[in-house]
Amino acid sequence: MSGELVGEQPVIEITGLRRSFQLGEETVEALRGVSVRINRGEYVAIVGPSGSGKSTLMNLVGCLDTPSAGSYLLDGVPVQTLNDDQLAEIRNHKIGFVFQSFNLLPRATAVDNVALPLLYSGKSRAQRRAAAIAALERVSLGSRLYHRPDQLSGGQRQRVAIARALVNHPAVLLADEPTGNLDQKTGAEIVALFEQLHREGVTVILVTHDHKLAERTRRQIEIVDGQIARDSGPSETYPVAQPAPESA
Amino acid sequence: MPFYELFMTALDTLLANKLRAFLTTLGVIIGVLSVILLVSLGEGARTYLGETFAGMGSNLLQVSPGRRETKGFGSPPVGTVHKLTREDELALKHRGYAIDGVTGVVNGGGTIRYLNRRRDTFVLGVGARFDEIRQMRVDQGRFFAEEDIDAHRRFVVLGRTVVSELFGEENPLGKVIKVADGEFRIIGIMEHKGNTLGFDLDDLVLVPSTTAMDLFAVDGLTNLLVRARDKANVEPAVEEITSILRRRHNEVVDFTVVSQDDMLATVNGIMATMSLVLIAIASISLVVGGIGIANIMLVSVRERTREIGVRRAVGAKKHHILLQFLLESVVISLLGGLIGLSLGALIIFVARLAVPDLPISLSVNIVLTAVGFSAAVGVLSGVVPAQRASNLDPVEALRYE
Repeated sequence: MSGELVGEQPVIEITGLRRSFQLGEETVEALRGVSVRINRGEYVAIVGPSGSGKSTLMNLVGCLDTPSAGSYLLDGVPVQTLNDDQLAEIRNHKIGFVFQSFNLLPRATAVDNVALPLLYSGKSRAQRRAAAIAALERVSLGSRLYHRPDQLSGGQRQRVAIARALVNHPAVLLADEPTGNLDQKTGAEIVALFEQLHREGVTVILVTHDHKLAERTRRQIEIVDGQIARDSGPSETYPVAQPAPESA
Repeated sequence: MPFYELFMTALDTLLANKLRAFLTTLGVIIGVLSVILLVSLGEGARTYLGETFAGMGSNLLQVSPGRRETKGFGSPPVGTVHKLTREDELALKHRGYAIDGVTGVVNGGGTIRYLNRRRDTFVLGVGARFDEIRQMRVDQGRFFAEEDIDAHRRFVVLGRTVVSELFGEENPLGKVIKVADGEFRIIGIMEHKGNTLGFDLDDLVLVPSTTAMDLFAVDGLTNLLVRARDKANVEPAVEEITSILRRRHNEVVDFTVVSQDDMLATVNGIMATMSLVLIAIASISLVVGGIGIANIMLVSVRERTREIGVRRAVGAKKHHILLQFLLESVVISLLGGLIGLSLGALIIFVARLAVPDLPISLSVNIVLTAVGFSAAVGVLSGVVPAQRASNLDPVEALRYE
């Protein structure tokens, strides 16, 4: 890679990524050769109309899906070569998901919801609890540790979801329409939280069709018809190191 | 991911749907309960039968007329058959070295009368040593002597039930009663024996075997009861009986010798088959319970598709999801098994309080079987739903509404 700035660390390197689906007789090409590089600490929006392929791209970036062709290096790991269990491990360690509909476990407390990823990385009960509380404090929910989702407001639920995404100190925070189910004020608070996390050094990728939301990020990548139509280019990052994963 | 966590997750999910979990487990509860009750009843009955046989006297052999190919209560005799006679009995008595005692037995029945009281009952024609051989004892008076048998005497020995029915408080010894229109003098009263297998052992009318043959107009004994000297002499006794009787029956083996062990084995065989059939029937409810669990688990997988998607997204591997759902169905089923077991134990306990003689008891084997069975039902009914859950595509699962 030529022209690399000193201190720039690519966390996502996608080259010629393709993904096609078989719909009956027809083969639908959702992604038709996408190449993009995102550095550690960037704050990026992936935008595009529905059906553009941005969800497919998000699923590939999030290691929920594997490409039909092309390569994807996540934090140096060639994702396209991994099997199902290895993908699960990568999601567990390197990806933090935030969904439009929060997707919290309804019967679990905030702490238990946030600790869920740690359950699958084999952390002890005490470690999980400590890390979950730290993550909840990071999203200003230190006072709602033992509330269940139905005892929390929409914004608080999304904060719990963000804390869950952060708890394993992932390489990438991947948020799919994170404000889609929230009113404007709460949505703005969540956006502010993403900005705060960005300043703390977290790599944040928002997937949205909302251009206003996208404007708030440092870099916009627009997907149209399965290809990158526009990329505002690598942006500045804050040189704040993330806390080490084992800090708890 | 530690097993304990998976277990807690499963338990938590079940507690979230208590009514559903209970209704689902009901099938297993009923299945395990019926299996337990039937197995304990079967085992109890077998133990009881064994004891009963032992109580009939030890080292017993029964000789019946007719050749039977199979042991025990086999096919009826075919072809011309010599009757077993009093002479056969005496031949065995005098010539058998391994034989300790012989008695002919004649089964019959009739009305017995004393004054205006009457009773229809079995009348048994027996030999002089019947009491010893069957381990019964005369309480008052005496039992038959060989002369009584030889002389076709019209003597009768009664059991307690018959005595109290006909005489009440009156002393029956020396009284004359009518047995099937013949007049018989009471010479002895048997001691109290109680009940076995629902039979009243004191409902007993004994007459000399020879007299019984006259009375019922038969020319042969129903069978011969032989007692070997001891355990080691049972087989030699069988050989002696066979050779002595064959010589007397024109070198034809037209009789069957069955030992007590054979009888016990036969009865045990019948009991085993019966309990197997009953258990098979009871197992049907267990199978139905398993189907119920499988059904609910499939619904649960569908309902929790999103949860599965979320778990997969945050790092759950396929086997984590598989184990989670499998464990859930095993917990439901085991819970049902334990409840069924407790109910069964309770019912058995209460039943024994109510009827102390009831041949039913709970053994460790039964407990282990119940727990094992319910765990197996849980695994079997959970496999398909759990596999379906673990094979869901994470992307599809997250999109599921």
